Amino acid sequence: MTIESWLQAALADAEKRGLPELKPLLEGLARSTRTLRGADFNDDAAGPKGPALQTNA
Amino acid sequence: MMTIEQFGRRLRARELTATRVTEECLRRIEADNPRLNAFITVMGDGALRQAREADQAIAAGDDRGPLHGVPISIKDLLDIRGIPTTAASRVREGHVASSDAPTIAHLRMAGAVFIGKTNLHEFAFGTTTEDSAFGPARNPHDPTRSPGGSSGGSAISVATGMALATIGTDTGGSIRIPAAACGIVGLKPSFGEVSIDGVVPLSRTLDHVGPLAQSVTDACLMYHALLGDASAKPPAPMPIHGLRLAMPRRYFCDLLDDAVRARFEEAIERLQSAGARIDDIEIPHASEVATVYLHIVLADAAAYHASALETMADRYTPNVRLRLEMGRYVFGEDYVRALAGRERLTREVDAALSQHDALILPSLPIPAPAIGANTVQVGATAEPVRNLMLRLTQTFNVTGHPAIAMPSGLTPDGLPCSVQLVGRRMQTDALLRVALACETQIGGNAGKYEG
Repeated sequence: MTIESWLQAALADAEKRGLPELKPLLEGLARSTRTLRGADFNDDAAGPKGPALQTNA
Repeated sequence: MMTIEQFGRRLRARELTATRVTEECLRRIEADNPRLNAFITVMGDGALRQAREADQAIAAGDDRGPLHGVPISIKDLLDIRGIPTTAASRVREGHVASSDAPTIAHLRMAGAVFIGKTNLHEFAFGTTTEDSAFGPARNPHDPTRSPGGSSGGSAISVATGMALATIGTDTGGSIRIPAAACGIVGLKPSFGEVSIDGVVPLSRTLDHVGPLAQSVTDACLMYHALLGDASAKPPAPMPIHGLRLAMPRRYFCDLLDDAVRARFEEAIERLQSAGARIDDIEIPHASEVATVYLHIVLADAAAYHASALETMADRYTPNVRLRLEMGRYVFGEDYVRALAGRERLTREVDAALSQHDALILPSLPIPAPAIGANTVQVGATAEPVRNLMLRLTQTFNVTGHPAIAMPSGLTPDGLPCSVQLVGRRMQTDALLRVALACETQIGGNAGKYEG
C-alpha cells in the first residue's frame, strides 16, 4: 500500500470512528513515514543500489 | 538545597536526623505544592514512620549506606506496595500496587524514605507534564512555564527541596528533559541495566528507569541503589586533563536557542581550558532519528493501550488519547524499517565513542517552554514544542547508550540550560566518572533554584 492510499484510508477510518481531530496527526505521521521509507538503511529485495560500475568491456 | 552526600555526613555526625529532614521536605511540599503541582500522592505518615525507623537504626549501629534515611520522591509510574500507581491518568482509577517494583524494593532495602509520588505527563507520553489527570505541573524557576516531562513533578520536587532526590523514567528523554528544564542532574542509565518491571510501560524497548538529583555524586548513589548495590561509593572522577570528548555538531547543534547555544559554547571553552580534548564528529543518520523513534514508540504504546482505548477512551486526556490512537495506524513493515534504523544509529554512536570517553551536546535546544505553547520560535522558524523537546535526547533511547544531563547556567531570563554527556553502552559508571570530572567546569551549581 502506498503512503498516499494508506493516508486516505486512515483519514476515512478516523472520521468514521468520530476522531476528526486525528487528521493533522495522521498527516504528520505520513510525512514521517515517507522519510523513514526513503532512508538508506532500508533493505531492498532487488539488492543494494549503487553507482553503475565502469568497465572496459 | 542539601545533597544526599551532605545529608549523610551530617546524619552520621549526629547533626541532624532523618525525621527532621523528612519533616522539612513535608513542610516544603505543603508550602509549594499548591503552586507547582509536583505531587499526586504525599505519603506523609508513612514517610515519617520510615524516617523514625531510619533514625532508630542509625542509633543502634545499623547503617544501610548512603541512602539511609534519605527522603526521596518517586514518579507515579512505579509501583509502591499499597499505594495507587496513577500514571497521571483516570484510566488507572482504583489501582493499588500489590507489591514493590524491584527498583523500589532495592531503594527500600537501602533505607530510603518514600515521601510521595510525583506528577507526570499522562502515561509518560509527553514532554511537558501539562496533560495530566491531576493538572499541569509548573516550573519553579517560572511557574508560567513547563518543568519539562514526562518526569516533571519529580524534577520539581528535587529542584525545590521537597525531596533530596527522585526516580524518573526516560523513554525519549523524560529524565533528562525535566532535569534540564529545572536545573538539576538527570541520569538515564544504559538500556537494560535497571529493571523496568513494576513500571507502567510506554515502550518496553525504549523505557529506562533512573535518578534525578542535585549533583552527579547523588545521581551515582541513587543509580547504584537502583541496581541493588546500596553501599557503593561514587567512582573517582576521570582526570579532566586528556579527557577525550566528541561533539556531534551537525543536527545536534543545528537548531538551538541563542542563550542555550551561548551557555553550551562557554561550557566547551571551559572544558578545553581545563585540558579536555574536544573533537568534532558526525553521527551520519542523526537526522533520521525522529522518524525511527516515532514509529517505535507509537506502535509500542498503541499495543499496550489498545484495549483501554476501546473501552474507556474518554478517561484519557484528549492530547494523549489522540497520540495513542495515531499509533494504531503504524504499518508493521514501517516498524521493521524503524528497527533497521535503530540498528544503524546504534552502530554509528558506538563508532563515535570508540575513540572518545563521551559525547558532549546540549540536553535541550530551548529553555523551558511556556505552558500551553504549541510552537517555539528558534531563529527564523516556529518549531513544534514536542519535536524540540525530544530532539537531543531521543537518539540515546533508540540506541540504549547511557546519558546524563547536567546544569550549565542560566539564560538572561533566569531559566536553566543543560549539557548532556553520552557514554558507551553498559558503561554507565565510566560515564559517571566523566560527568564528575566535567560537573564543576560546565556550570556546577549555577542555575540551581534558590526558592
